[in-house]
Amino acid sequence: MDPIMMEFSQHSPVLIVMAPFLLGMAAAAAGWANRKWAFPMAFLGLLSGLIAAIHMLIKTAKGEILVYHMAGWLPPFGIAYRIDTFSALILTAIMAVALINLVASRASAEKDFTEKAPAWYALYVFFVSGLAGMVATEDIFNLYVLLEIASLSAYALIGMGHNRAPFAALNYLLMGTIGASFYLMGVAYIYIATGSLNMTDIAVILQEMGPNPTITMAFALCMTGLLAKMAAFPVHGWLPNAYTFAPDATTNVMAALTTKVSIYIMIRLVLSLFPLSLAFDTGIIADAMVWLATIGIFAGAFMALAQKSFKRMLTYIVVVEVAYMVGGFWLGNRAGMTGAMLHILNDAAMTLCVFMAVANIRARRGADAFSDLKGLFQTMPFSMGALVISGLAIIGIPPTCGFFSKWYLISGGIEAGHWGFVIALLSASIINAILFFKVFEIAFFEVPAETFGQNSREHESDHHTHHGLPSLAMAEARISMLIPLIIMALTLLALGFMTGGIVNLFIDPAIPGQVL
Amino acid sequence: METLYSITPLLALLVSLAAVPAIVSSRNMNAREAWTFAAAFIKFGLVLSMAPFVLQGGTIHFTIAEVIPGVPIALKVDAFGLLFALVSSSLWIVTSAYSIGYMRGLDEHSQTRYFSFFAISLSATIGVAFSANLLTMYLFYEMLSFATYPLVAHNQDHEGRVSGRKYIAYLLGASVLLAFPAMLYVYVQAGTLDFTAGGVVAGNVNSGTLLVLALMLTFGFAKAGIMPLHSWLPVAMVAPTPVSALLHAVAVVKVGVFCVFRALTGTLGTGPLSDAGIGTIIAIFASITILVSSLMALSQDELKRRLAFSTVGQLSYIVLGVALLTPAALQGAMMHITMHAFGKITLFFCAGAIFVASGKKYISQMKGIGRRMPITMTAFFIGALSVIGLPPAGGFLSKWYLVIGTLESGQIAFLVVLLVSSILNAAYFLPIVYRAFFCPPEEDLYKNESIKESPPWCLYPLSITAIGCLVLFFYPQPFFRLAQLAVSQIMGG
Amino acid sequence: MDAIPYFIGKYNYWGCIFLFFLGMYAMISKTNLIKKIIGLNIFQTSIILFFISASFKHDATLPILMEEHKGAIDPVMYLNPLPHVLMLTAIVVAVATLGVALTLALKVYRIYGTLEEDEINHAIQSH
Repeated sequence: MDPIMMEFSQHSPVLIVMAPFLLGMAAAAAGWANRKWAFPMAFLGLLSGLIAAIHMLIKTAKGEILVYHMAGWLPPFGIAYRIDTFSALILTAIMAVALINLVASRASAEKDFTEKAPAWYALYVFFVSGLAGMVATEDIFNLYVLLEIASLSAYALIGMGHNRAPFAALNYLLMGTIGASFYLMGVAYIYIATGSLNMTDIAVILQEMGPNPTITMAFALCMTGLLAKMAAFPVHGWLPNAYTFAPDATTNVMAALTTKVSIYIMIRLVLSLFPLSLAFDTGIIADAMVWLATIGIFAGAFMALAQKSFKRMLTYIVVVEVAYMVGGFWLGNRAGMTGAMLHILNDAAMTLCVFMAVANIRARRGADAFSDLKGLFQTMPFSMGALVISGLAIIGIPPTCGFFSKWYLISGGIEAGHWGFVIALLSASIINAILFFKVFEIAFFEVPAETFGQNSREHESDHHTHHGLPSLAMAEARISMLIPLIIMALTLLALGFMTGGIVNLFIDPAIPGQVL
Repeated sequence: METLYSITPLLALLVSLAAVPAIVSSRNMNAREAWTFAAAFIKFGLVLSMAPFVLQGGTIHFTIAEVIPGVPIALKVDAFGLLFALVSSSLWIVTSAYSIGYMRGLDEHSQTRYFSFFAISLSATIGVAFSANLLTMYLFYEMLSFATYPLVAHNQDHEGRVSGRKYIAYLLGASVLLAFPAMLYVYVQAGTLDFTAGGVVAGNVNSGTLLVLALMLTFGFAKAGIMPLHSWLPVAMVAPTPVSALLHAVAVVKVGVFCVFRALTGTLGTGPLSDAGIGTIIAIFASITILVSSLMALSQDELKRRLAFSTVGQLSYIVLGVALLTPAALQGAMMHITMHAFGKITLFFCAGAIFVASGKKYISQMKGIGRRMPITMTAFFIGALSVIGLPPAGGFLSKWYLVIGTLESGQIAFLVVLLVSSILNAAYFLPIVYRAFFCPPEEDLYKNESIKESPPWCLYPLSITAIGCLVLFFYPQPFFRLAQLAVSQIMGG
Repeated sequence: MDAIPYFIGKYNYWGCIFLFFLGMYAMISKTNLIKKIIGLNIFQTSIILFFISASFKHDATLPILMEEHKGAIDPVMYLNPLPHVLMLTAIVVAVATLGVALTLALKVYRIYGTLEEDEINHAIQSH
């Protein structure tokens, strides 16, 4: 490797945050100079982030843990970034998801935001770099700052939508700030008790200190804050509106990443900051969380059943998926944790895929109420194909990735004897199947009224068809939206087949040995 | 026992999947059908190429991906798998020919979609046949459910929608709520899901749990159509007849019983099941299904629906054979997969041929039709003989073994079930044949004098399968040998 | 009784917690968006005060090292500077949040012509 690359590669843990961030600023600056440059800047930012992430993925896969000291200050005084196998995996997922969606959304972003497009690109990249920083950092206060960077960008991104979007964004802001502030309060408790902000350092101190009410309080505050941030039931209220009314390009990335990163933070705090005994020994907290998740799955699924538009229905599925991961993690056994961690990755991929498919439909049809979906299998076969695959992943049908995370989650539930959670997961599969087949049926069996008889083109083989629908001309989404979607759909299958490798290389080493 | 690692099973599985892009991108119907044929012949050739090795008692393995510790997605060709794969891949060739005659004869719409999903279904079927463990089998089982949905819903009308919904609700609901958790429970207890002689759960679970698991696995694979989870099959008859013929008489439903067979013998194990007396319980469910469905078949006037109820009953013969857990019964069950496949596909082909030639779907309209379509109705007669279990048709042999199986197990009640059911089978099939040949046609039914034999693309396939039924009686050795081998592999002998 | 010194001795924390819940109460129960945002600000400020008061020490001074301090430095004489630094950042975050919140409120006002939540909800439902 040549020396310059060497120099850069050492800084991967921080480059993954800084490169997108600085290039995001450049994208914003391009707005004043030449709008054409905004997209390349954003693209370059996320691409360099992805390269850094993949680089770290390869390094950590070899058993290395990357620790980066900001400006050479050693912890506990300086800020450290620490990247293990699992965080490298999540970083790669974040960057890949963001990059694919950036490419897919370019056309709609330029059309929706026109002169504000550079601002949108900049905020988008800030948002992603904030998330990446949250995953990379080992400093609990730095985590708060990055959380707010990501959140503030998110509020603005959602607020750029029309009609009900600003109001939804404001509600999200209020809820999100409450969540973040609870977390910050937890940080205060931890700092008062330990005098340190570095996760590893704190973990060592807490080990020596033994049980301590201040830490229990800190634990409760952090978890409460994160639950609000990840939209766990019953503090999920902000999510459906915010995601429904946000511009599609924004919703895609946010639905795929925001909640998942919050869950990652929860997992990281429990596994590598607080003593495991605090979380799991009494069993009361863990039990309560699993039951909360169980109720959340049912509540979210039933609310999804009641929706009349596709995108809004999917936002409730996001709430359900959050409950899968929360419940799986708090089962407290290895299978359940593996399931939750694997599902972070898989859910990010499948949520992106399904929302991108809906974005394509909305771009073509201009709406996504169920009555607007008629005849889609004929007019948009490729988008619908991708939608079917992502639907299968969400239902949990092999060989899509969704099946395998469910496999781990349910076997965790069986091992722990948590039958309520097992039944909830199985029922959620069935309800998801109902939800998606409702859509598939409309798209397969019904014909849009205005095209009936007018636009229908002669059938390939036949003068009169005695069965079936009149043929509709194909009207697929533009190619720049379609190809990323197809790539994502294939990714869902590929991730399924790679489950074994992912778990062995990246997830298993990140779970502490004392978790059985 | 010899073991070979080879990619051939994967190729046999993928060949029809690989044909899909070619079918979709074909410019005209001839090219599309040529691709279907090419795939069908290559598939059959690949399956056949493995036969000599397997007939010598060997097994062929291939691992596709390591997904879960102890449970890879893996293929294994043993005697039983090969037997099933031979049946479905050979009949795919015949059905492809028949499809051409049927679909063109009726000017059906969306033929590209039809041929594509047909090919995918065959891949899934072969996948089930060659699965090395329960996970892989579940994977292909679900794939088959989804791939056949567009075929069932082919007409895209209200009836298709309602039927499709019922179809997927039964199959998916049962597999997700019953088979999937049962599989996971076995995995958590045993740490493996490989099909092994004697099963994998022995010693890990008590007999109560074993009973629950056995029932969950038996009913979870609802494609086996055991009552009360049978009613998806009659509604699936809205599909075009070739679909009903190959998928809902051979591939899909046989996949159901095949899965039940594998799960009971390879996962739970014949030993533990018979020790706990669970086989008898499942046999009772199967017996009820056999009798009730035969009675229901009697009252159906629509020919395809009568055949569907007959299929439900015949499937339970196979389940009954498994549940008896004796060597002869298992062998009979396996042979019945083959024999019933040939018999029933002939019957469906005939029903479709009648529909293409005359537009008639109801038995009451078929008086005297044998005089106008003698070849078709002769084939129908042979198929009926096979399903009833009378010589000189292959169905006789498999029933013979099943009967021996009941005697072996000493449970005479089930012998009575088999005999009564045979009488019922005769009662719902033979009148059709009688009417067709010996009743004078009613004039108002045949205003259109041009009705005669169906088009050759329909006629040849059904003649071939009918002859197949007869040949299997006189020359059952390959399948007989495979079934024998399979029994010894399953019983661990 | 230990309880009284316990409460009085930590009056600064109790004050912060009072502000914390006061702010949260305003954010949840007020219907006017501006009042909610004011609540938000109180809420965030309470945490800042919490950090600052936690770092306070009697008879200690700012940790600024002078020329004349050459030689031994006694940490007891100085305040911990870290919480102050952290809160400087937190203030920036709070200001940014306030800015975004007000911008969104402005946008909401332009769309619905009101800042009363129930009127907005009414407008959404009747739309």
